[in-house]
Amino acid sequence: MDNLIDAFFNADALQQSWPYLVHGIVLTLGLSLAIVPASMACGLLVAALFTLRVRPLNAALMVYIDFFRSFPPLVLIIFIFFGMPFLGVRLSELPAFTLGAVLNGSAFFGEIFRAGIVSVPKGQLEAARSTGLSLVQAMRWVVLPQAIRNVLPPLTSNAIELIKSTSLASIVAIPELLRNARIAQGATFSPTPLVAAALIYLVILWPAVRLVSRMDRKILVGR
Amino acid sequence: MQEFAHYFFNMPVMMLALPQLLQGLLVTVQMGVLVVVLGIGLGLLLAVVRSFRFAPVNVLIVIFVDVFRAIPALVVLMLIYFALPSVGVTLPPFASAVVTLALVLAAFAEEIIWAGITAVDKGQWEAARSTGLGPLQTLFYVVLFQAIRMVIPPLTNRAIAVTKNTAIASAVSVQEMLNVASSQQAIYANPTPLTLAALLYLALFVPFTILSRLLERRYRWGR
Repeated sequence: MDNLIDAFFNADALQQSWPYLVHGIVLTLGLSLAIVPASMACGLLVAALFTLRVRPLNAALMVYIDFFRSFPPLVLIIFIFFGMPFLGVRLSELPAFTLGAVLNGSAFFGEIFRAGIVSVPKGQLEAARSTGLSLVQAMRWVVLPQAIRNVLPPLTSNAIELIKSTSLASIVAIPELLRNARIAQGATFSPTPLVAAALIYLVILWPAVRLVSRMDRKILVGR
Repeated sequence: MQEFAHYFFNMPVMMLALPQLLQGLLVTVQMGVLVVVLGIGLGLLLAVVRSFRFAPVNVLIVIFVDVFRAIPALVVLMLIYFALPSVGVTLPPFASAVVTLALVLAAFAEEIIWAGITAVDKGQWEAARSTGLGPLQTLFYVVLFQAIRMVIPPLTNRAIAVTKNTAIASAVSVQEMLNVASSQQAIYANPTPLTLAALLYLALFVPFTILSRLLERRYRWGR
């Protein structure tokens, strides 16, 4: 037991690695604040275009959604970071990661928003249009609020997944929380920084995880 | 255009890289199957144990579930591979990755199956019990099947999402497909192996992505 505490919860190692961890947290939060809203906006755009019911466009959107949902995000990031330079498109680490994460995230958000819009009965749109609202107005004020309410749990859980995926940035050497914890682990010869990083992720994401559970259960039981 | 073909669809490189990539694919598939079987099996077991409603046990299960849903899989993998050895537990890379993803999937699966169990109508329990079935018999013969049927779509989605993460095993040098593709790309100074790996990932996961959409649609109609 002493051995375990000494290895995983070593106060000296924690003190030494704390500056690294703080920098990491800042970048992890920064990345999250960039990719979650950007993915959500792109996903919403994809879903909105879908409702125009232009056949070739819908087919293209479906391919986009299924294509980027099928790639492991890490594969996408590696492809952008190591493959694109051969075409003369040399993105540095941060834009390459952000692009990969947003392509992946927007496909998932697109599918979720689309499912949400489909779940709103057609009569809602028709009634809204018949009161004189334009298509855009009817979507904005009548359909979307109901659609988003219907898919709040998957929206939240996808946002959590995206925030968790910032840890993949460590693989292309972006000094976010996990990467810095690994550096600190090497510097202190102790796994304490890694354990601390895990606990930090837990503290940041635990409330959201609880929230998703509660929403999910309410939906299933409320049926 | 020619440049594009030379770098991303280079036939000679493709032929050279293909055999090893297929070996990588085999490792990826092995990991995927193990993760799904172990993860859903453990998740199901935990959900069944949870339905006995022993408060102290349930608290532990909820902690397990929340921890593994909140901490990114890559962080868990780093903990298992780099931190556990300092307390004398050493797992080889392949086993570390499988254990990591199985634990993550188990956490999500438990939560989903448990939500299904609580959503089964109370009358089902009461009716089954009144026919003389014991609590365990009721759970196994009556409730569990209905619960699982109800949660097949989210369970499938989650299993796909977690299995896609086998790519992170490349971070602990498991010779799975992404890792093989990255090293081949370095050897041939040409990203064609990455393209090929990307295509193989698509071939592997697009059918499941489409299956999950079909399942969702089918079960929505069934309601």
